[in-house]
Amino acid sequence: MGAQLRQIRARIRSVRSTAKITRAQELIASSRVAKARDRAKAAEPYTRELVLAVMALVGHGMRIDHPLLDQRPDASRVAVLAMTSDRGFCGGYNHNVIRRGQALVELLRSQGKEPVFYVVGRKGSDWFRFRSRPTVREWTGSSGAPTYETAAEIGQTLIDAFDTKTSEGGVGEVHVIFTEFETMLTQRTLVRRILPLEIEEREAPAGEGAPRSPYEFEPSAADVLDALLRKYVRGRIWRMMLTSAASEHAARRTAMTAATENAQELISMLTRQANEARQAEITTELTEIVGGAEALGHR
Amino acid sequence: MAKLRVGVVSPEREIWSGEADMVIAKTVDGEIGIMPNHAPVLGVLVEGGVLRVKRGAEGDLVAAVHGGFLSVADNDVSILAEAAELGDEVDVAAARDALQRAQASIDAGNNDAEAEEEARLEAKRARARLRAAGEDI
Repeated sequence: MGAQLRQIRARIRSVRSTAKITRAQELIASSRVAKARDRAKAAEPYTRELVLAVMALVGHGMRIDHPLLDQRPDASRVAVLAMTSDRGFCGGYNHNVIRRGQALVELLRSQGKEPVFYVVGRKGSDWFRFRSRPTVREWTGSSGAPTYETAAEIGQTLIDAFDTKTSEGGVGEVHVIFTEFETMLTQRTLVRRILPLEIEEREAPAGEGAPRSPYEFEPSAADVLDALLRKYVRGRIWRMMLTSAASEHAARRTAMTAATENAQELISMLTRQANEARQAEITTELTEIVGGAEALGHR
Repeated sequence: MAKLRVGVVSPEREIWSGEADMVIAKTVDGEIGIMPNHAPVLGVLVEGGVLRVKRGAEGDLVAAVHGGFLSVADNDVSILAEAAELGDEVDVAAARDALQRAQASIDAGNNDAEAEEEARLEAKRARARLRAAGEDI
């Protein structure tokens, strides 16, 4: 009996220290979500201005004609960029991204397209390495707090791949799997095609926006469009990285909250068991003493 | 006189916004000065350019702008830069250091074309940062 009590107490100690760790992780993640959301918010003006500039171009009846907008005739190879996290402890976050990735792979294969992978985040790259599946490029070490530099590098790599002919090792489409931050509790894993770009023609709200006089271009309309679209692609990847980072921290917070709660529950259950064991021990001891005394008294 | 509403934004944050009398930037074609009631313009800025915003009494706002883009319409001026730094935020020592390293790499001359291009760009950026900070180079 004494052995059982000791065992239970040791377990309680171990669960309690685990709970301390998960609780700390939860608090860290909470503060990081806030930070990541602030960063995403700070990035909004840039994206907004970029979209406004593209709209101004389109709104001026400019003939929109650019390689980044063209459907590639040969899309037998397509790039898939998967955004995962560098660290675990975040529930189904990475699993969801990878599952979406696999669904996408099947879809693409059924259309006769061969996907090639670009991966952000150590968890994703581990997954690929473990199954010895090839990736074209990996970026690790920046998933929790991405920098624009990384986003620009990723964007440039994908644009370069898209600019190369499929027969020469390029790709015909670029898809991104990322996680959109909706609320602290819900994050959605999404797939978006970012190249070729699609321009949506929409009626501008009446009485708003476009100045009457035509735009001047420095140096030329084509160059401006080129620069804008490239920035736009990099900007979109940047936004996706930011929202994924916020999601990662939110997912980690949720997972760690659940873990802490489970640990508390386990502790209270074990405590009850320990009390029962202790009580049983006392009862046995008492019975032994009473029994012993009785035996002596009869003598 | 009408004023310009100016916004300088980078992907990481809005760097500055406010009213101004004149904006001077350097596009691929050359320097361009924007004053109120300027015709709408979309322009690509040079790598490692210096942006100057004249604000009258408050003095000029100077920033180093990399990978920039300028759009002007209806007295709204926005400068989008992939990286930008206000003159008084520039770490002069670090910029000098970067310039020296890039220069040394170019002078050594044993690079392939790509690395040399990279070094040249780096030097250009460092120069822009120093100029924005009001240093002589």
